[in-house]
Amino acid sequence: MTMDNNVVQNTPKSTGPKFDWSLVARNGGAIALLVILLFNVLVTPNFLHPQTLFVNISQVATIAIVAVGMTLVIATGGIDLSVGAIMALSGALAPLIFTSPFAEANPELGLALSIIVPIVVALACGVFNGALVSLLNVQPIVATLIFFISGRGIALVLTNGNLQTFTNPAFSYLGTGKILGFPFQGYLVLIIAVCVWWVMAYTVFGRQLLAVGGNERAAELSGVPVKRVKIGAYVICAGLSGLAGLIVVAINSASDAARIGNLMELDAIAAAVVGGTLLQGGKAPIFGAILGAVIIQLVKYTLLANGVADEVALIAKAGIIVLAVYVQQARKE
Amino acid sequence: MLDTTAFDLRRYIQGNTHSLGVWITLVALILFGLLRYENFGGAYNISSFLNYNAMFIVIAVGMCFVIMTGGIDLSVGSVAAFTSVVAAYLSPYGLQVALPGAVAAGIAIGGLNAFFVVVMRIPPFIATLATMLGAKGGALVISGAQTISIDWGSNFTKLGMEKAFGVLPWTIVITAIVCVGLWVLLEKTSLGRTVLAIGGGEDASVMMGLNVTRAKVLVYVISGGCAGMAGLFLASGFGAGQPLEGVGWELSAIASVVVGGTLLTGGMGSISATVAGALLLGLVFNILNFENGRGVISLSAYWQMVIRGAFLFVVIVFQSRVARSAKKGTI
Repeated sequence: MTMDNNVVQNTPKSTGPKFDWSLVARNGGAIALLVILLFNVLVTPNFLHPQTLFVNISQVATIAIVAVGMTLVIATGGIDLSVGAIMALSGALAPLIFTSPFAEANPELGLALSIIVPIVVALACGVFNGALVSLLNVQPIVATLIFFISGRGIALVLTNGNLQTFTNPAFSYLGTGKILGFPFQGYLVLIIAVCVWWVMAYTVFGRQLLAVGGNERAAELSGVPVKRVKIGAYVICAGLSGLAGLIVVAINSASDAARIGNLMELDAIAAAVVGGTLLQGGKAPIFGAILGAVIIQLVKYTLLANGVADEVALIAKAGIIVLAVYVQQARKE
Repeated sequence: MLDTTAFDLRRYIQGNTHSLGVWITLVALILFGLLRYENFGGAYNISSFLNYNAMFIVIAVGMCFVIMTGGIDLSVGSVAAFTSVVAAYLSPYGLQVALPGAVAAGIAIGGLNAFFVVVMRIPPFIATLATMLGAKGGALVISGAQTISIDWGSNFTKLGMEKAFGVLPWTIVITAIVCVGLWVLLEKTSLGRTVLAIGGGEDASVMMGLNVTRAKVLVYVISGGCAGMAGLFLASGFGAGQPLEGVGWELSAIASVVVGGTLLTGGMGSISATVAGALLLGLVFNILNFENGRGVISLSAYWQMVIRGAFLFVVIVFQSRVARSAKKGTI
């Protein structure tokens, strides 16, 4: 994409007194969330029921986790289309491992392996993506297109395209467990978000990552290990996608490689953008991405709960994305 | 005399290093197929191969235009699904209505893309992502999430079944016309040159007084129209409008363009190499089918996804090496 052009165009020209606009724009996400919540409280039946909250938390978790990773990649000026396919890969691997004879004989070790191995595989995919982007200078869309196409294929080959169902309460805890009544993965999202936020705000790696996205050439000249930082972003994103894949499988107690994480790349990109991530890079609002994920999930839920067909929900999602980016653009000009 | 020819060839190769790989690989794969399978060069295989891949070729050449300006069009797959439904609904009125109708529907969505990108200044990636979702939703809404059967009584069925001049299916003939037309537009008109100039440097193009807005609108409209045409082929090939089809087509099209040596940064590109890229990706499938048919190996459809990805990887690595050595002047 025309990163260089945009960087030139988007340097703030003047800070004119367009205060009203920027206030709305800066808090656009929060305002949107309030509007949706208000609408739901007034219109959607049973919205204030705790069950509604639990359902939404357990469903938003996977989008939020992937969106955090996507935010890091986009912050370097890249994009990762392979997140959904990596979810499918890790989601297909886990049941294969804990239903194997070895794992049946050693349940604890089997459980540990069924979580560790898929995530390690996902991390390896991230290394591959990152290496293509930074070492071979392949454009991020193209580089991650490889796993977008073949990752799900590998998952389907591994499972022969079969739906794997299982009963494994220990593993299912990832998706159905509750602490103090709230879904386990909700806590997971918070922990991940805080950790990544801390990394971005207080570590050298975090500052370097933003520097790379802000101006890669300048970052390189000032001694930032650009290649390593970029690989790091893709590895983190892939690892988080792997984790999200495990959660999806755990929620369903079943693994269908053809469906896990399908179109997740779109949801994650949308969440990141709605959360205020600039596609040109240089900005990584982690909690913004979570907010974006919540908004996307709530819009889906709102439409569904009010009997609007799935396909219309798609159109609504499209509208949200356009609006979010348009507001973002307007803020810059 | 000899020296001059050698020099010219070298210069030609230097000027076209980006698309050299695709032609070499394509020829190699075709030779491999011809030598290994006896029916590979048969009229049936060639005709059905081209017939099936026509829609992917049409989408890829449209995508090529967008990519040359440095943009991208992610909506093509959904647009094809949408227009396949439109074509199916229009099929009772015959091909003379369904064809323009489907293409017009595609152009309308392409126009919407252009509006988002040019007027609202939304990055192409996001703008077309939105229309991708929107068109998919639209296809499901107007079809009621059902496949819409075409009218078998009208002349619509001629498109996929009857052969033009008794030789090739009409879809292939139309595809060829579209490709040649777009090639002329790109290579022989100032508009085509403007498209390339935009990809080379948009600000510079504006300053040179080129009509950048017109060219940018045009590329999205072309891409939409091409996707509309592909939807028409889809409906005729399957005998029904398919609202759920088209998933991942945009990425196949991008892959075709990239395999053809066009960089996603824009500023360069070739219609012929893009067609070669689309043929190459299709050929990988075709050869796998033959290999399955021989019973030596048995690769499921899932393997084909893996191999397609691996193939894309090889081409990309090859391309980046060629690009690098071309820069150093070692070719």
